[in-house]
Amino acid sequence: MLETIVFSLLNGLLYGMLLFMLSSGLTLIFGMMGVLNFAHASFYMLGAYFAYTLGMYTGFWVALFLAPILVGALGAITERWGLRHVHQHGHVPELLFTFGLAYVIEELVRLFYGTLPMDYRMPEGLDFTLFTLFGTNYPAFRAFVLVVAVVMFIGLYLLLKKTRAGLIIQGSLSRPDIVAALGHNVPQVFMWVFAFGTALAALGGVVGGIHFVTEPGMAFMMGPIVFVVVVLGGLGSIPGALIASMIIGILQTFVLSVDFSIAHIGAWIGVTVPPDHLFATVWYLDSTRIAPVLPFLILVLTLIFRPRGIMGKREA
Amino acid sequence: MSTIQQEASARANAVGNVWVRRGWPWLACLIIALLAPMVFSSGHDIHMLSSMAIMMVFALSYNMLLGNTGLLSFGHAVYFGFGAYIAMHAVRWSNDAVLDGTGYGIPIELIPLVGGLAGLFFGILFGSFSTKKAGVVFAMISLGIVGLVEASSLAFTGFFGGEAGLFGDREDLNSLLGIAYGRSLTVYYLMVFWLVVCALLMYLLKQTPLGWMANAVRDNPERAQFVGYSTTMVRFLQFSLSAFFAGVAGGMFVLVEEIVTDEAIGFLLSGEVLLAAYIGGIGFFFGPIVGAALVVYLESNLSAVTDAWLLYFGVLFIAVVMFAPMGIVGILFQQWANFRAGGWKGTLPARLYCAVATLVGLLGFVCIVELAYHYLRSWDPGRPMTLLVTTVDATTATPWLVSAAILALGLGLLIFHARPMLKRAVDAAGGGK
Amino acid sequence: MSQDNALTLSGLKKNFGRAEIIRGVDLDIREGERHVIIGPNGAGKSTLFNLISGRMEVSAGEIRLFGKPIHNMSPHKVNRMGLSRSFQVTNLFQNMTTMQNLRCALLWGMGHKYAFWKLVNKQKEVTERAEQLMEQLNLTHRRNVPAGLLTYAEQRALEIGTTLGSGARVLLLDEPTAGMSRSESDEVVELIRQVTKDCTLVMVEHDLGVVFNLADRISVLVYGEIIATDAPENVRSNKAVQEAYLGTEVH
Repeated sequence: MLETIVFSLLNGLLYGMLLFMLSSGLTLIFGMMGVLNFAHASFYMLGAYFAYTLGMYTGFWVALFLAPILVGALGAITERWGLRHVHQHGHVPELLFTFGLAYVIEELVRLFYGTLPMDYRMPEGLDFTLFTLFGTNYPAFRAFVLVVAVVMFIGLYLLLKKTRAGLIIQGSLSRPDIVAALGHNVPQVFMWVFAFGTALAALGGVVGGIHFVTEPGMAFMMGPIVFVVVVLGGLGSIPGALIASMIIGILQTFVLSVDFSIAHIGAWIGVTVPPDHLFATVWYLDSTRIAPVLPFLILVLTLIFRPRGIMGKREA
Repeated sequence: MSTIQQEASARANAVGNVWVRRGWPWLACLIIALLAPMVFSSGHDIHMLSSMAIMMVFALSYNMLLGNTGLLSFGHAVYFGFGAYIAMHAVRWSNDAVLDGTGYGIPIELIPLVGGLAGLFFGILFGSFSTKKAGVVFAMISLGIVGLVEASSLAFTGFFGGEAGLFGDREDLNSLLGIAYGRSLTVYYLMVFWLVVCALLMYLLKQTPLGWMANAVRDNPERAQFVGYSTTMVRFLQFSLSAFFAGVAGGMFVLVEEIVTDEAIGFLLSGEVLLAAYIGGIGFFFGPIVGAALVVYLESNLSAVTDAWLLYFGVLFIAVVMFAPMGIVGILFQQWANFRAGGWKGTLPARLYCAVATLVGLLGFVCIVELAYHYLRSWDPGRPMTLLVTTVDATTATPWLVSAAILALGLGLLIFHARPMLKRAVDAAGGGK
Repeated sequence: MSQDNALTLSGLKKNFGRAEIIRGVDLDIREGERHVIIGPNGAGKSTLFNLISGRMEVSAGEIRLFGKPIHNMSPHKVNRMGLSRSFQVTNLFQNMTTMQNLRCALLWGMGHKYAFWKLVNKQKEVTERAEQLMEQLNLTHRRNVPAGLLTYAEQRALEIGTTLGSGARVLLLDEPTAGMSRSESDEVVELIRQVTKDCTLVMVEHDLGVVFNLADRISVLVYGEIIATDAPENVRSNKAVQEAYLGTEVH
């Protein structure tokens, strides 16, 4: 039992950190530009694929930096020649633009790489066991992912708190109109933030592609969950995104790793429901089957009861 | 004739004209729908036509939200899906009743209505809390709901039939009219019937007080409140009614396919209906109809011709969002209005020139995409491929260069020569009223 | 003129954070009167209207419409109880025509509510009433022009028409003559005089010529408090008012 809890916690932490790497960029973009970037997870996917291709020539360590930069450049192009053009028509076309972009990116990935998973592996230098607990090995790569995420969080925090650019970004998170009034070139700020946000997602992809699988469906797998995190954490709040990522990551891992249903509680207090009863499906429903439902349930409940999320200052 | 009489007869004429003016697209559509099976007569084609009818109802119901009320939903397939599943349960129950000889069951003609009522029920259920706010909050709640439902469809296998889905048999249903619906052509005409009924009802709904206030709430929610309307209530009613029609489409789907899987309730279909409505044009009643026909046609025919069809699809959508937010029908309408106002006079050559340049650029783009798919995805890239009228080897440079040249030529002409020319021509013709 | 109160404000307060904008307003508006609220910029006139019409929540105190409390009700409920307002910045359905704007305003009051089983164009009474209003507003020739394309003065007239349309017994007009030329403004005042024969009018106005011409009674709002409520001639001679308001602005 303890073993399950400890490992669920460790794995949940890891999953949560990966979620955070995606959602921090999205929450910046969303909070500032009001764009619900549907293609955000697609940039995460591009990060994984780019790192895989680059890694074949330059090795993993160079790719770890180069892939996010390349994806960030793509993000800048997307903002400059795509989103900005659509911006004048309002938020709905912006949303639809990123929605279509997600389609196109997925198809392009299929075109260039095919539908099969890539053989994208961790570098040999990280391919060892860090420690052994309860007879189960904990790979060093997972610890590496955690380190990358923590470094990213600290870097982001310092950037937002200590630099001039960070101050402008923070300002536009709460009052975009005032930042414009101060004479900053808001479209250019938008472009940089979009590029930066997509680069963060790509960084998540570089390590996430190894931890999970690198295949064309990976964006679609992550996309909706990242929205849940951003909404739960609160618009534009990086600490909120961190907390929400942890909650979702650990919750989902736990539910998946413990085999549990209402019937267990029932048995405990001495109530049983016959298998052919009307409520039997719900009664005997395995927690592993509830796991995919949970994030969406959280999303809907958050939006109904607390549209600001955990740490957000404004309503969605 | 006295002036009063003249006025009266002029008004009578005008009334007649109004009927002709408003009626002709309907009549044209109906005739096309009835005659289409003569042209598209293969089994595959008839199936496609039926799918079009279903998608049209679905896209129209979607536009009750996006176009009329300004609600962007990413989860409209939930109501289509519940309509389909419950209609399927009704079909199965009726199948049992008919086969056992224990009862009459629900007649096949009314199965879509069952789907509609199911859609209405779930529309009321989910609409009661999701329509409190519009905008991004609504969009995200709709996303949450569709995620919730799609994920649950795998958990509750009793109702959703698990991954295999649910089967039913339309031939083992009673018919009100005593018609046997074994042939897909017969079912197609049933689909046309429901399409016409639903389209007419949705058209009329736009003209009711609720339909008007839906527009009012979309354009200026605050003012709508100050003339006595609760914006939440308007959105909720509109949402529920829209879910009803989505459910009808789901019920129609069951009769054509005789199988429902979780594809009918999830993200993908929700996205597809959004694409269909938007590409067609959400500001026009006939927009979603055209969009649905186009999307289903591309899906069912383009996928056989090229592997790249999803890419084309996505690019088409982005192009519409970026350059033609009023959709295909919107562009046609704009050009038509322009033509009627005499705006084409003197600018026709420039307009044609623009169109040709665009087409040339498009041709180059298609060639490159096809080459890329052949080169990257074919088992043997060196195998000769047919491109347009010639056969080329995708591993050599020539076809690539030629395609790129065509693309560059088309785009170059359009951006640097044709568009400026059109602009000058329009200016010269007096602002192109 | 009946002496019953159409609108009663008592101890009304509103603060945004620490800033107190309305600092305890007591005011009785009699049924059938034309009551004008004047005051310098930033006195809280628009905030007062926003509180009465349900656009903002009150911080303290109460508002009664014909004896029934209406504070903190949502705007559509306040409207249904018989109070309607116009906006200082034109607030119409921009894409709808003049006719459509008026019809939208008429629908609820004429009992059509959320009906989805009858066509708007077939409702003869609505059409007739809309035509009648259009005639009064002098907008008949602009019948099928989208509101966004009307001239400023026409939009202001339509704004008043939309406010009238819901059949309210109490009208709040927020600076109906703002930004108009003298002749345009005279026309609007005449229009207001005509259409408010049978109802109670509360109006915010800057143009003192208009105020003294139209008002039965005047209230002076200064820094969130009413310093005087009286007939025009008494207000004109009121010392406090002259000091606080007229004295600084008329010269």
